[in-house]
This record gives sequence, structure tokens and C-alpha cells, in this order.
Amino acid sequence: MFNPKVKRVLNSIIVYGILILLAIICLFPVYFIFIGSVNPGSSLHSSQIFPSPADWNWGHYRALFEKHDYVTWYKNTMFIAVSNMAISTVFGVLSGYAFSKFKFKGKKQGLMAIIILQMFPTIMGMIAIYTLLGSFGLLDTHLGYILVLAAGSVAFNTWIVKGFFDGIPNSLMEAARIDGASNTDIFLKVMLPLAMPIITFIAFNSFVAASMDFIMAEVILRSSSNWTLAQGLFTLVSGQANNNFTVFAAGAVLISLPLMALFFIFQRYIVEGMTAGAEKG
Amino acid sequence: MMSNEFETKASHKDKSHSKIAALLSVLFMGLGQIYNKQYWKGITWAIFELIVIIFFIKPIANGLHGLITLGETPQVRQRGRIIDQGDHSILLMAEGLMMVIVLVAVIGIYYLSVRDAYLVGKLREQGQKILSFKESVRNAWDNGYAYILITPTAISMLLLTVFPLTFTALIAFTNFSSPNYLPPRALVDWVGIEQFVRLFTMESWRGTFLGVFSWTIIWAVLSTLLVVFAGLFVAVVLSQKVVKYTKFWRNIYIIPWAVPGFVSILIFRNMYNGQFGVINEMLQSIGLNPVPWLSDPMWAKVAVLLTNLWLGFPFWMALFTAVLTTISKELYEAAEVDGATIVQQFRKITFPIVMVAAVPLMVFTFAFNFNQLTFIYLMTEGGPANANYNYAGHTDILLSWIFKMTLDNGQYAIASAVALVVFLIIAGFAYFNLRNTKALKGDV
Repeated sequence: MFNPKVKRVLNSIIVYGILILLAIICLFPVYFIFIGSVNPGSSLHSSQIFPSPADWNWGHYRALFEKHDYVTWYKNTMFIAVSNMAISTVFGVLSGYAFSKFKFKGKKQGLMAIIILQMFPTIMGMIAIYTLLGSFGLLDTHLGYILVLAAGSVAFNTWIVKGFFDGIPNSLMEAARIDGASNTDIFLKVMLPLAMPIITFIAFNSFVAASMDFIMAEVILRSSSNWTLAQGLFTLVSGQANNNFTVFAAGAVLISLPLMALFFIFQRYIVEGMTAGAEKG
Repeated sequence: MMSNEFETKASHKDKSHSKIAALLSVLFMGLGQIYNKQYWKGITWAIFELIVIIFFIKPIANGLHGLITLGETPQVRQRGRIIDQGDHSILLMAEGLMMVIVLVAVIGIYYLSVRDAYLVGKLREQGQKILSFKESVRNAWDNGYAYILITPTAISMLLLTVFPLTFTALIAFTNFSSPNYLPPRALVDWVGIEQFVRLFTMESWRGTFLGVFSWTIIWAVLSTLLVVFAGLFVAVVLSQKVVKYTKFWRNIYIIPWAVPGFVSILIFRNMYNGQFGVINEMLQSIGLNPVPWLSDPMWAKVAVLLTNLWLGFPFWMALFTAVLTTISKELYEAAEVDGATIVQQFRKITFPIVMVAAVPLMVFTFAFNFNQLTFIYLMTEGGPANANYNYAGHTDILLSWIFKMTLDNGQYAIASAVALVVFLIIAGFAYFNLRNTKALKGDV
């Protein structure tokens, strides 16, 4: 057998070897997309993995704005994501609060319906959604798309918020009621401030989910001036030749940076929210 | 004292207030309330019924008729010109379904009005005070607070989740499909379970269904297990005593989670590219043969699973890191004193504890991956193509198959039949989940 000291050194070599290998695996695609966006060539075929910084070519970023509808897609995506965030967070907080803190007829059935419905992806009803939006003239409009997205995420949000309020003692509400506060006062002044972490979580979640959705956008938004970033970037790289790879990479960097920044800012809420929500579900 | 006695007497005389009020309300909404001397309330109910009769009876009847027949006059064309528009079966079906929902709502409200009349009648029999209109509005506001809070959610889910799912279920029993049964050019008909018979007995459909279904299961199971165990592995490595700057490492490993999903999927799609992809370039530079990542059925599946592994492990790592910190150090120290090796410590202490936290989440992840169509579609579009399959490729899962049949091939009816089968599977899952849900036990 090795003596303890050799064993400890060997142990740390193995551990650090694993850590470094993992770090490379995690970082390489991120590096690859960045280096793709400043590559001298323009297609995947001609792109290099380690071009010297002197050859870096920032022209692909300019091409995004000059040759493609990138700005339009970006604006569309942000508008859709923010609207979806507002609608599905407000709806989810209202109903989650109701399901947690009130007793009413049909509560159990309602909860049951929400748990079951949240498991069905919206896309399963796409023929109906298509027909429905078509007959209201909402096909290929942002409003129609936002409504569909919001309806898709509201069940999950309700469930998460309910789980959170379940953990807040009812005595708090009763004390406020004895002081003469109305239902609305209690909700706005006592409960909402307490729920800020979970509201942050579902707001972030709804924002990100909407800005990353591809499938539903593909069903509803048909004309390229209405497209989201996911659709636009997909068309840049979906062909076999990948002639636009570097432009795609530039576009991907510009959307990834803000979303990654948001992720790291809200990281604490996200991990907590994900585990709490899923455990209760 | 006097008045009390008087009222008790009166109540004995008119014993059947409740029944009379209820009967009157069955006859026409609001009559019962008027009989109960709640005039304003009665008038409100009556106006509601009038509105329904005047504006909704005809659409409801038409809607039901359309739902049953799915249109009777086909489109008439002469020399390529449309002479008679004809009926649009699918729109008729959507309107019919809407009207069924309206009808159910009206019947529900009718029931409420009768019940209200009955209950107020009961109060009168017992000689209790009846609320004035103003008071009952305020009362409704107090009691109905919860209902008001859930109304937006309920409406949006009813309209954009329940309605579409029901609609899909209905379409599975029609022949709505390209090229022969596409409205408005042609009518669609109810065909009963024909689509299911085709799906399960016709060789090509059955083969596709079974093939896609088994890959869906394999995909959902493997993708879940891989991310869970990779996450656990990384968390355990990070928790080793020799590791310094744990937080730094953890932040690096969490990056795949932070990158927007569709971006990383599209990057991987390019890195796996058979001809120009960077992964093959690397393999070649160390003297290995290039791998036909996305063009070979088996390698495409491997590529999909590996990409999902990259995307999915950080969440589990974060979760397990949190769980590991809750395990008391003394347990390990005691085990070490007893001479347990690291592997033994892991198997006997770490593993059982983390699994308690992980199992409910694994069920959740499995269900999520089962439906993970965005991922499959962006990564491979279901490809490579499979000549033996109807409208599906080697990496298509049930949902992406449904999506392709609907969006690209117009096979609405059979796609809906597949969707209905998926409903049943998910419902089974939902049931399994519900059985284990704390929230629905006891304190609801």
C-alpha cells in the first residue's frame, strides 16, 4: 500500500484532473460560440478553433444588423418575454394565493386540474390553438402568441406560488384581519412582500421560458418580421452548409450575455425555486 | 318577544317557501328570488336569462348541430372557381365545442340560481332575516374573493389549455387530413375509432408508432438517469476535502444551465456536424476516424443524449450540493473510524440520503423529457430519416412526430390519435405523481 502522504497527493491529482476536465467540457461550447462569432471566415467549414486575436473579425456583428432582421427579432423576443412575464406572474400569484389561503367550493378539483394540466405540453392542442387563433384573427400576431404562452405557464406558476404560501402561517392573516384589514389589504401589504423571492423566481422563469420558446412560435408566428430570436437564429444555421454560422454565433452571443447575466444574478432564487416547486409537485 | 312569536307562527304556516321558490326559479330564473321578495336580485337573474334566450339559444343550437354533422354542404366549384363556399367542418367543430362550454356554463348558473332561491326560501321558513341586494353583493365579494382571484387563471386555462386538448381528442375521431379531407375544399366526417385501428393494425403505422414510442421511453429514461448521476458525481467530487475554491468550480459547472437552451442546442448541432464539425476535427487530430454523428441513427441518438447531459447536469449538481451540505460530517467520521472506504461511505451514507431528495424530482424530469420536443426538433429535426417510418425519423419522439405530422404533413386526425395515446400515458403519470403529493393529502 501507499503511505498516507502519497495517497493524499494521488487523491488530489485525480480530483483536480476531473475538475479541470469538467471545466473544459463545460466551457468549450461557450468558447466555441464566441470564437465562431469573431472568426475570419464566414461558414462553419472555414472557421478555426484557435484563430490569433489579431485576426478576429467583428464584422459578423455588423452583418447581423445590416443584412438580417436581428434587431426586429430581438425587439419581438423582448416584448413577448416581458408581456408573458407580466401576465403569467400576475395570474399565477393571484390564483396561487387563492388556492393556498382560502377555503372554497371546488378547491380540491381545481388543484387537481392544475396539477394534471401542467403536465400536458401546450403543443398537444396545436391544431385547436391554430384554429382558435385563426378565427379570432390572432394568428401570426404577438398578442395571440403571448396569450398562448401565458396560458401555458400559468398552471406551473400557480402551483409554485401555492406551495410557497402554504408555508406561511395563517395566523399572520388572522392577526391582520382582527386589526380590520380587508382581504385586498392583507394580500397587497402583508402577503405580497413576503412572497417576493418566489415571485422573482416565477417572473424570471416566465421571462426565460418565453424568450427561449421555439416550437409554439413556429406554429403561430409565420412571417419573418414577427419572428422571435429562436426562429431567426434557427433559420441561419438549419441548412446543411451552415453558410451563416459565424453570423449565427454573433447573434447567439448577443442574446446569451444578458440572459446569462440574469441567471447569475438570480441564481439563488432559481435553485431554491426549482427544488421547492418540484418537491411539492 | 311578541314579534319573535309571530314570525315563528308565520313560518309554520308557509312551510314550503323553499320548494315554491326553487320551482319558480326552475320555471324562469329570478322568479324564485322575486317570490322571496329579493326584487333586485330576481331582476338581475331574469335579465341574465333573457339575454341567454335572446342572444344565445340560436348559436347554441347551431353550434350543437354543426358539432354533430360537421357540415352538410360541400364546397361547389366550377372550372376552378368557387361558386358555393360550403361548410368549414373544423370551424364548425370549434364553434360547436365553444357552444357546449357556454351551455355547460349556463346550466351551471341556472343550477346556482335555483339553489339560491331554495336556500333563501329555507331561511324564510326558519324565520331568519334575508339579506338585501346591497348586502348580498357585499357578501358575494367577501365569500367570492378566492373565486375572483382565480378567475383570470381559470379563464385562460379553460380557453387555451382545456379547450385545445378536448378539441384534439375530438379530431382523433374524424378523418381530418391531407390531401382528401381538408376544409374548406372538402368536408370532414366523424369516423369513430378508424384512426386508432389504422394506428394499431396497419403495418407501416404500427411499426412507426412502436419504433417512435420505444425510443421515446429509452430517451426519457436514459436522459433522466444520465443527468442525475452525472450531477451526483460532480457534486460528490466537489464535496471532497481536497477541493479548494468550491464556489469557483461550481460557478463554472453551472454555466451550461445559464446559456439559453436553444442557443446551446444549436451550437451542439454545429459541433456535431459530420463534415465540418469541431468534434470530428478533434477526433481526427488525435488520429481517430470521424464519427457520422447526426447522419447515423445510433450515433445521432448518442449525440442527443450527450447534449442533454451537458445541458441537464448542472441543475442536479446544484441540488445535490445543497443536499450534501445537510449530511452531518460526524456520520462520515464515524464511518472512517470503523474503517469504511470512500466507496462504502458513498453507498451506505451518501447515496440513500440524496436519493430521498432526488426521486420525486426524477419523476418530474422524466415526464418533462418525455415531452421534450423543442430539444429534439432543434437538435436533429427528428433525423436522420427512416424509410420504414411514416413521417418520422430515427430520433423523433412521440411529440415531435405529432408536431411534424401536424405542421408539415397535414395528418391531423392520426396525429391527434397519437396525441390521445400520449394523453393516456401522461395521465397515468399524473396519477402516479398525485398519489405521492403531500399537498393533496389532508390539509386541502
